[in-house]
Amino acid sequence: MGQQDTFFEFIAREKDKLAEQLLTHIALSLAALFLTVAIGIPLGILITRKKKISGFVLGVAGVLQTVPSIALLGFMIPLLGIGVKPAIITLILYALLPVVRNTFTGINEVSDTIKEAARGMGMTDMQLLFKVELPLAMPVIFAGVRTAAVITVGIATLAAYIGAGGLGEFIFGGIALNNTNMILAGAIPAALLALLFDFLLSRLQKLKVNRPKPILYFLGGLFLLSSMTYYSAPVFSKSFLAGFSPEFTGRADGLPGIEKKYGLHFHSVVISPSLVYHAAQNKEVDLIDGYSTDGRIKAYNLVVLKDDKKAFPPYFASAIVRNEILEKYPEIKPVIEMINGRINDSTMTALNYQVDYLNLSPAAVAKDFLVKQKLWKPERAKNAGKIIIGAKIFSEQYILAEMYAALIKGYTDLDVSLKEHLGGTKICFEALKAGQIDMYVEYTGTGLMVILQPPSETIDKVIVNKDSVFNFVNNEFKKQYHITWLAPIGFNNTYALLMRREEAERMGIEKISSLNQNLQN
Amino acid sequence: MIRASNLTKTFGSHVAVDGISFEAAKGETLILLGTSGSGKTVTLKMLNKLIEPDSGEIEINGKNINSGKVEDLRRGIGYVIQNIGLFPHLTIEENIAVVPKLLKWDKERIKKRTEELLEKVNIPHQYLRQYPNQLSGGQQQRIGIARALIADPPVILMDEPFGALDAITRASIRASFKSLDELKDKTIVMVTHDIFEAFELGNRVCLFDKGKIQQCGTPAELLFHPANDFVKKFFDEQRFQLQLYVLTLADIIKYIHPLIHSSTNIHIQKPDTRLIDVMEILSNKKDGEAVIGIDAEPVLITGIEGIMAAYNHKTNEM
Repeated sequence: MGQQDTFFEFIAREKDKLAEQLLTHIALSLAALFLTVAIGIPLGILITRKKKISGFVLGVAGVLQTVPSIALLGFMIPLLGIGVKPAIITLILYALLPVVRNTFTGINEVSDTIKEAARGMGMTDMQLLFKVELPLAMPVIFAGVRTAAVITVGIATLAAYIGAGGLGEFIFGGIALNNTNMILAGAIPAALLALLFDFLLSRLQKLKVNRPKPILYFLGGLFLLSSMTYYSAPVFSKSFLAGFSPEFTGRADGLPGIEKKYGLHFHSVVISPSLVYHAAQNKEVDLIDGYSTDGRIKAYNLVVLKDDKKAFPPYFASAIVRNEILEKYPEIKPVIEMINGRINDSTMTALNYQVDYLNLSPAAVAKDFLVKQKLWKPERAKNAGKIIIGAKIFSEQYILAEMYAALIKGYTDLDVSLKEHLGGTKICFEALKAGQIDMYVEYTGTGLMVILQPPSETIDKVIVNKDSVFNFVNNEFKKQYHITWLAPIGFNNTYALLMRREEAERMGIEKISSLNQNLQN
Repeated sequence: MIRASNLTKTFGSHVAVDGISFEAAKGETLILLGTSGSGKTVTLKMLNKLIEPDSGEIEINGKNINSGKVEDLRRGIGYVIQNIGLFPHLTIEENIAVVPKLLKWDKERIKKRTEELLEKVNIPHQYLRQYPNQLSGGQQQRIGIARALIADPPVILMDEPFGALDAITRASIRASFKSLDELKDKTIVMVTHDIFEAFELGNRVCLFDKGKIQQCGTPAELLFHPANDFVKKFFDEQRFQLQLYVLTLADIIKYIHPLIHSSTNIHIQKPDTRLIDVMEILSNKKDGEAVIGIDAEPVLITGIEGIMAAYNHKTNEM
């Protein structure tokens, strides 16, 4: 589906979602811009009066701006959690410098002669500020506000990373799914919005902004507008909020599949995959997507909602390898399949728990497991060639990749290099198809729903049991991509919807279909 | 009336003003004259508290300037500065209305007063809605003066008011400034480094050097009775011209040899006319044709040579 659409078809289909994201994006940007101006201009004025601290303040603001924005967002998580508040604070910190610096410079550039004339005529300090200094500095200050506006709209796309919504949801989702239309659907409106902000501010500047009154009107209007959009944006107002990872929101077997099968509509935000569990734990959101083998389900006391209408297909994990590699190094097939049958759902969950919650390194967990299973062998010659193993961006993938690396190095003369953090399914698969990696671990359901995307009649026929799915994807992959699914490892890491146990019990929700009445309020 | 006593101001180790005292009587124009760095501008700015003296006292109209709020003090003093200091973001009308607005005058009163004043400083009405940068330097300075005068303050402080203008504009503004009847009863303190300006406009002149007043007096006193060597040397180079500002027809009347021939073109002048004004009238005419008659007993008639001869005679005697 997705990939065959043109950009405009995508927009037309997703227009509700786009409108919602756009509204959230505007709300976030305006709120941040208002606060930036409300803090930045007084701060700029203050440091013209207290020159001693001006260097310090401008220095700090400057340093804040040199911190990569994604890192600044990251710093906010331990302090303020995720969601709208830390996003707005990050935006403010980011946009503060141009406003403070331009206010400071603008006021300092007012000529001493004029200030002396004003004082000599009997203006008080306040009158001097409001009747002379601010009006004369206004073009410079306004230039700073315009810069801040553009920065804010741009950086607000990153807010989606911590679940604050906005156009970043499409961008992150599009990146995870390798869906160009989706990326553009977020990026183009964001760019247009920045241009629009800049244009509107430039119009405002032409309206005699050297008088203090229009500026007060501007600030007042900005405040009204931002609070209006703030409260009308669904992200901020709905009582039951879901937070989903970018890939889940776009996958046929993810959010669209669930919504269709169960007839549900969630108020949801997109959150970085590494933060969704955290968000659920901290009550930022009430419902998240996850993997049934994820160690954090146990650690964070979450509960898996029963997929009573079978929206999720089976997801049995297998190593998938390029045929070319299997022909060139036939010795690796039995080595890779060594762990098959030794890892079931609970084993995998326990391994993930060690990485997700106990913060052990995937390599250490992998080695420990192999040693216990008496599979561990020291490295051999590493001179017969090299296998590149990829991994998507979550613990289970890292652990399995490390196991395969250790086994191949221990049982063959091949060398191994790991390419981890390959993001979502699409990125990993495209890398494999292009020969940039030689193998990675894929799940049968994902292969079916995300990569092959057969017509729905075929899907209905195929997903009756785990073997039929495996056979279908294996055959199709061999035919279409010259890629082989090795025998399944033995565990089923299915997609799942998760809630905090306490809340699920209070609300009496055990299965996905009982979410229905809870979303109506 | 302004009375300053024992003013001292130091900036770091530099003594800018060193224990000076002076007075300006009501309606008088007092000139603070000196080279740059002599302390004259610092002294002026102490009068409206733009600079606080380290010690010393200032009274304006019998009231210590520290007795009320500084803003009220300044609103009661007209202030004209060298670079004019018009507010570039305000129209001419708004610039002029700044102080009345601070004083909370009503709109009608401001409008009436503005129109009255503009006529007096010779600025056409259509400039009211323009911005300062649309006006010439000379016009801007007229506006600067109008702005200082609008609230009819009894005291006006001027810091090199004509300093930024070219020589010709300067002379013309100075002339119209001098004839402005708005200024008749004002006590004016003006800073300048221009000796001729000081002699042209000042009832009295205080000559500054190194933070001290070397001498305060009428131009004639400074010129003819210098208190010390510095004062004498200060005027030496321009002595010839300066005397023209100081001496009047009455001073040289007894040395004038009447002309034998009479002319149809006689300008009768009063005996207290300054020689500089006489010379100006004469130099505007073709040599020999212009003739000055003096309104005194007996009536004398003379031309430029006659005036010069009498002047030389007088100065040789001094």
